Amino acid sequence: MHKFIQELVNGLTTGSVYALIALGYSMVYGILKLLNFAHGDLFMVGAFIGYFVIQWFGGPAALSVPVPIVLLVMFVLAGGGVGALGVVIERFAYRPLRDAPRIAPLITALGVSFFLENTALLFFGASYHIYNTSDFIPFSSGIHIGALDIDMARIMVIVLSVVLMIGLRLIVNRTQLGRQMRAVATDREAAEMLGINVDYTIAATFFLGSALAGVSGVMWGLVFNSVWNYMGFLAGLKAFTAAVVGGIGSISGAVLGGLLIGLAESFITGYVSSTYTNLIVFGILIAVMLLRPSGLLGRVQLQKV
Amino acid sequence: MSSQGPSIGVDEWVARSGERRGYSPGWDGLLERINDRVNWWLGLALAAGIGFAFGQAGFSSFVMQVAFNALLLALLAVGLNIAVGWAGLLDLGYIGFFGFGAYGFALLSSNQLSSSGVHLQAWESVPLVMIGGAILGLLVGLPSRRLIGDYLAIVTLFFGEAFVEFTNNVAPSKLGGPNGIFGLDPIRGFGSQIISLKGYYYLMLVLLVVTMVVLRLLDTSRTGRAWRAVREDPLAASLMTVPVNRVKLMAFSFGAMVAALAGAAFAAEQTNVFPTNFDTSYLILIYAALILGGAGSMAGAVLGAVVIEATYDGFLRSPHWAGVIFYGLILLTLLVKLRPWRRLAGVLVGTVVFGFVVYAIVHAISPSATAGGPQSGGFVADLVRNWVIVPAPKAGTIPAGPGNLEFAAVICLLIALVQLRGRWRSILMIPTIYLAACAWESRLVGQPSITRVILTGAVLIVMMNSRPQGLLGVRRVEIV
Repeated sequence: MHKFIQELVNGLTTGSVYALIALGYSMVYGILKLLNFAHGDLFMVGAFIGYFVIQWFGGPAALSVPVPIVLLVMFVLAGGGVGALGVVIERFAYRPLRDAPRIAPLITALGVSFFLENTALLFFGASYHIYNTSDFIPFSSGIHIGALDIDMARIMVIVLSVVLMIGLRLIVNRTQLGRQMRAVATDREAAEMLGINVDYTIAATFFLGSALAGVSGVMWGLVFNSVWNYMGFLAGLKAFTAAVVGGIGSISGAVLGGLLIGLAESFITGYVSSTYTNLIVFGILIAVMLLRPSGLLGRVQLQKV
Repeated sequence: MSSQGPSIGVDEWVARSGERRGYSPGWDGLLERINDRVNWWLGLALAAGIGFAFGQAGFSSFVMQVAFNALLLALLAVGLNIAVGWAGLLDLGYIGFFGFGAYGFALLSSNQLSSSGVHLQAWESVPLVMIGGAILGLLVGLPSRRLIGDYLAIVTLFFGEAFVEFTNNVAPSKLGGPNGIFGLDPIRGFGSQIISLKGYYYLMLVLLVVTMVVLRLLDTSRTGRAWRAVREDPLAASLMTVPVNRVKLMAFSFGAMVAALAGAAFAAEQTNVFPTNFDTSYLILIYAALILGGAGSMAGAVLGAVVIEATYDGFLRSPHWAGVIFYGLILLTLLVKLRPWRRLAGVLVGTVVFGFVVYAIVHAISPSATAGGPQSGGFVADLVRNWVIVPAPKAGTIPAGPGNLEFAAVICLLIALVQLRGRWRSILMIPTIYLAACAWESRLVGQPSITRVILTGAVLIVMMNSRPQGLLGVRRVEIV
């Protein structure tokens, strides 16, 4: 039973990180119909920002300011910085291609992803950068019952993800910006005719989606400790799987998909074998794509001629 | 005909499409005109002749290895062109077919499958591998019957990833896991075998030429026209009785067959295969070759592959050539793109003067900041020695920090450049070029393996934004 709860918590942690990344994929796809392959690499950039904030405050073992402030700075800087990076990428790589054939922005996105991964390699080297979370969030501060260990960082990650998801839902459903985003996603030209600033709305979507990726990068670092330049690729693929399984373009679908993929991964690793985890996750994706291309919560798109 | 109006049964828009086919002004147009004038078969014969002469010229084994890799990349790009360029299907799992060919050949020509091994002759194993590849392509292409566009890209991408995971983890005793398979037989049959690098170069050349001839015949046949019809508009094509699904599957299948062939030749030359040979970065390199040359054009795919491979594996690895390529490319871009001449002269002179002034100032403030020499070699290094700022080496290597900062600054400046117009753009160009040269000399040229992948990404972004039809492709007229 302990093992089951342990795997459940592990799965929920990874799942919420995947869900946050998947939200960005889904929002961008919803509004631009673009698969932003570079999204996983934005997650990597966020993780690195978090790492350098820790170093800047004196390293994990000797922080010069209280831990909550460090965490706050990490999340704000990673969210804001990566959000801004996302806006810049949209402006210079994707906006000129908005009306080009669909294949053009996809290939550009591959190029952006490759560029980010290897620029990070040039800047930070190929080695793993270690957060050493346990030095400033002690292991003992979590919940420990018998063989069950739930450390504080995991609890924080789950709580923060829930808060962010609720916040995003409120933004999309209750604010003026959210209404504009939904309008542009439904029909860009009609939205433009109604006086919605389409460029601004798309940039805002990119900011929100990328900021979530940045924040989830810091979460990843806090829970799994090590960050490196290619981490965005696999995590991005998993999150992407989550977005597709849930139904790409749907926000609740992304959350559901993220949690499902996280739990599946955790239980496969715990009860079957870690060798086949990725293979099974990819298999789930291909099966969903073939049987129900619109995903679990996605709506079937009617093709208009 | 224009005076009489359109003929009966011929839509005027279609009938006069040739007249609308305009050439771009300037250098681009010249390239397009040459490409249009040269007969395809003559061009192929010429290129094959050049390839043959290159093999005879007695280059070093390093050059021949690069040449072999270039031909391999060209064959792969030509195969990818079938699905992506002609049929308009985004196939991101293409690398899996290449890997399948390599692993298939490896299993059939090594001791991997049983203790005494399976050692088929090449004329048995290669066709087997190609047929297997074609069937695999058919299976992976099956979803294309239902999924369109992005969704197809997703499924194929995951097929490629699953292939790498599969070879890494499944049946390590047979597939070798991360250690791969080694000790393969060379290409052999009818009592002889190919063991020299030069032999493989010629083999690759022959394979490429034969493949191109077959594909050319296919392209100008009903099938080729059907592919293009499906690319432009699947619905309209199906109304014109094109069997859309079958045509899509054929595109996948032919592409996979070419990739499997390339994989077999690759495995035989390398005499081993590893899962990492087939990761996404090589897929992106194939895409870069195809996009640079121009999707839809076989000549473009070959040109793109040769340019990319020669630059990345050849020139960038030699400090001397790296400098020539870098400064040459900047000069060429300015020469072609910057007008009027007065502005061009202004930017060039300005950059040179700016560099010397900055160098003098920095040198006066802190001599150690300029103490490191450029990392390029040859005459280029002598030219820029007292012009670029390279910090003093510490413990034998030049510190990475300043070069990284300069590189980051160059990216910011480039972004600003895109925003500006007119005079300010020219003025900002001067520090941008200078900083780029500094970043190049102090950091990028010393890390060729990283620099080349960064450049791959940049090529994809820049080409898609500025010249989506590539060097030799035909600009497509969008039908609304």
